[in-house]
Amino acid sequence: MPPQPSSPSATDLFHGYRLQEHGAYDELFRAVGDPWPSSASLYEALRSLSTEDLDGRSVALARAFRDQGITFSLSGEERPFPLDLVPRMVDAQEWETIERGVSQRVRTLEAFLADIHGVGEVLNEGIVPRRVVMSSTAHSRAGHGVVPANGVRVHVSGVDLVRDEEGTFRVLEDNLRTPSGVSYVMENRRAMTRVFPELFATHRVRPVAHYPELLLAALRAAAPRDVDEPVVVVLTPGVYNSAYFEHSLLARMMGVELVEGRDLTVRDDVVWMRTTYGEQRVDVVYRRIDDDFLDPVHFRPDSLVGCPGLLNAARAGHVTIANAVGNGVADDKLLYTYVPELVRYYLGEEPILPNVDTYRCEDPEASAHVIANLDTLVLKPVDGSGGKGLVIGPQATDEELATLKKAVLADPRGWIAQRVVQISTSPTQVGNKLAPRHVDLRPFAVNDGEKVTVLPGGLTRVALPEGSLVVNSSQGGGSKDTWVLASAADTDTEGDDGRPPLLPPPATRQQPKDGPGVGDQQQQQQQQQGRSSC
Amino acid sequence: MLSRVAESLYWIGRYVERAEDISRLLDVHVHALIEDPWIDSVAAATDLMGVMGMTSEPNELDTGSLAHRLSFKRGDASSIAGAIIAARENARGVREALSSELWEALNATYHSLAAHENAAARQGPAPFFRYVKERAAVIGGLLDATMPRDDGWRFLVLGRSLERVDMTTRLLWSRAGQPGTSSGWAGLLQSCSAHEAYLRTYHAAIEPERVVEFLVLDRLFPRSVYAALVQAEACLNDLDPSSGRSGLVDASRRLLGRARTDLEFRTRQEMLDDLPEMLDMLQRSVGAAGDALSERYFHQGMALSWRAEADA
Repeated sequence: MPPQPSSPSATDLFHGYRLQEHGAYDELFRAVGDPWPSSASLYEALRSLSTEDLDGRSVALARAFRDQGITFSLSGEERPFPLDLVPRMVDAQEWETIERGVSQRVRTLEAFLADIHGVGEVLNEGIVPRRVVMSSTAHSRAGHGVVPANGVRVHVSGVDLVRDEEGTFRVLEDNLRTPSGVSYVMENRRAMTRVFPELFATHRVRPVAHYPELLLAALRAAAPRDVDEPVVVVLTPGVYNSAYFEHSLLARMMGVELVEGRDLTVRDDVVWMRTTYGEQRVDVVYRRIDDDFLDPVHFRPDSLVGCPGLLNAARAGHVTIANAVGNGVADDKLLYTYVPELVRYYLGEEPILPNVDTYRCEDPEASAHVIANLDTLVLKPVDGSGGKGLVIGPQATDEELATLKKAVLADPRGWIAQRVVQISTSPTQVGNKLAPRHVDLRPFAVNDGEKVTVLPGGLTRVALPEGSLVVNSSQGGGSKDTWVLASAADTDTEGDDGRPPLLPPPATRQQPKDGPGVGDQQQQQQQQQGRSSC
Repeated sequence: MLSRVAESLYWIGRYVERAEDISRLLDVHVHALIEDPWIDSVAAATDLMGVMGMTSEPNELDTGSLAHRLSFKRGDASSIAGAIIAARENARGVREALSSELWEALNATYHSLAAHENAAARQGPAPFFRYVKERAAVIGGLLDATMPRDDGWRFLVLGRSLERVDMTTRLLWSRAGQPGTSSGWAGLLQSCSAHEAYLRTYHAAIEPERVVEFLVLDRLFPRSVYAALVQAEACLNDLDPSSGRSGLVDASRRLLGRARTDLEFRTRQEMLDDLPEMLDMLQRSVGAAGDALSERYFHQGMALSWRAEADA
């Protein structure tokens, strides 16, 4: 018989846990003390922990992260990446929806990018107004003339999802440029299996460690020339970049070189890297540098981290840049409002994951409504990423709202407004108790040209201040390990290539041989001693 | 392997060895001073600074401040902490070329520096020296156990070997420049962990000429100058297996080989007679070999800067 729901006692980690008044969906509880069926065993495991237990584990975790260099810098100081010990669960059915929805979205945006870099049907037919594309700050001529070898521009994407009050997953934004965070997905999991091994015993969690293989396969598939082993490199701005840890981890786990701009040189539109054995030709550059800094010849001439001539090499078809240059036009927040239409237009399907209700401030009618209701809406600059410039109306001061109003009136194309979604909460360690904190989810998708694969899980980010709805790690957010549970019917285990084992099951082997120093001698010497002392 | 990565690996090897050797040197030096009531500690401190290639104002330093200066001065790779920071900074830029364990060992060592500095202020520096030696052993062990013997390993070991030649030479200098007491020479052996090995080899009391011979030329002791030179040559040879059948192409290998052969067939007495010249020759050879290495393997194209418009 399942345990009866009971309200937590005073010594319990859940003591004082209250669901949010605004009706946010809670990832663990239907009502306090009454978990969702898929979370019941997690709840039981957590309840049996003491405060000291939790503290001890989080200290061990922080130390391990620091020693491994899994850190981010906050005002010049290296801090361990904050991982909350309570995992976030996604059951098999929910995941199936997310997986199909994310894949659908990526395929749509690929089609859109191909279209606008080509004939621009979608603009001619007026599905998306031409000015939306032309006025995007990310729109540049630079991306034109680059023909991707296998048709892929969005090799890696991260689609930010939130769960609304009803428990429905909605898309908050698309990230098609250089989405980061996947290293934390892998490292969080690795850490959790060490700190909380017993939790894994009672759950079948789908693994995430094969991500680098997926990525490498997709990058190789994108190589421009027909060679057996295309040379892939990861291009990083350098060791002081906040995501450097991730660049280094991916290069290491893919077994490819991690290069900086100064390691590369372009001659006759061919990219070379400088090695101890002379120069080696590069076929695919997985770049983690923004467009603006990528190539000083085409973009910012003051960029020291880029590689001069890289873009011309890509245009000549001698190298693949992943993700492609100019993707920003498709993850612009104004274009976001057109994505459901684009899904219908390109795929002839209904969107699986809905958007959050959004107003386009450039539309005069919507703009008037937005200006009148600034204090109840979320305002976002269309080209900001990472929560930059975002204003949450109900939490803003009068002064901030006045500044915002001016900004919106001055540049309506630069803003969108969204309903304030009370995004879902999940139990999170605060002091020595667990309390509800708002979370989002960024699943990562890899497109190898044949198939869009969504890594089961993704980065769950947590807004640590009470009541805060902003989950970005540059704004003091934490993270959680995200568990996608395998369904009972799911026998399709990742990483099993279906090959038979190399050896039959082992028969009993001989024990390892012993040398001197075991048993006898010591005994004899002691006896000897005993005798001589008589 | 990327030139930039190779250069960083080489310097990681050098810095780790340097941190270890300064710890060894100071450990013996500080405790010899404490044990010996007649030594002029200010003069000894000034001498030691000179051997490390640093200048100090006369009478500026005593043993305590010297130890602190050589242990904890940040931003100066000639101090223990400075060398560890520099090694770790280099490692941060080439993590993908190191095994995770090796990186973690370097990183954890770096992170515990502050705690050790505080502890040294309270309890004296001995535990810190011991700690650094142990960490260097851990790092060396992981280098041995977790890194494939590819070019990355070769550059690391090459850096370590060259630094070892350089630092052992400095150690010899620090001793040879002082009045000869046998306890001083025993201290020198201890600082190279060579005391017991020396005794087992010669079955005899400590004599300066034998100590010099042992530390410079012993073929079997891994911290001798000779052993380090042989190791460095082996690395260079493996880095460039294509070198021609007649004539040496690699400048750094030629420099090191020449230094080694110069040592190899000297008598004990010759060694002692020419001690200053010999030590000087060794340091110059290591310096020149380092330059040649950099020229051949690490040389980067000139940094370019781009501007929006060409000048008219």
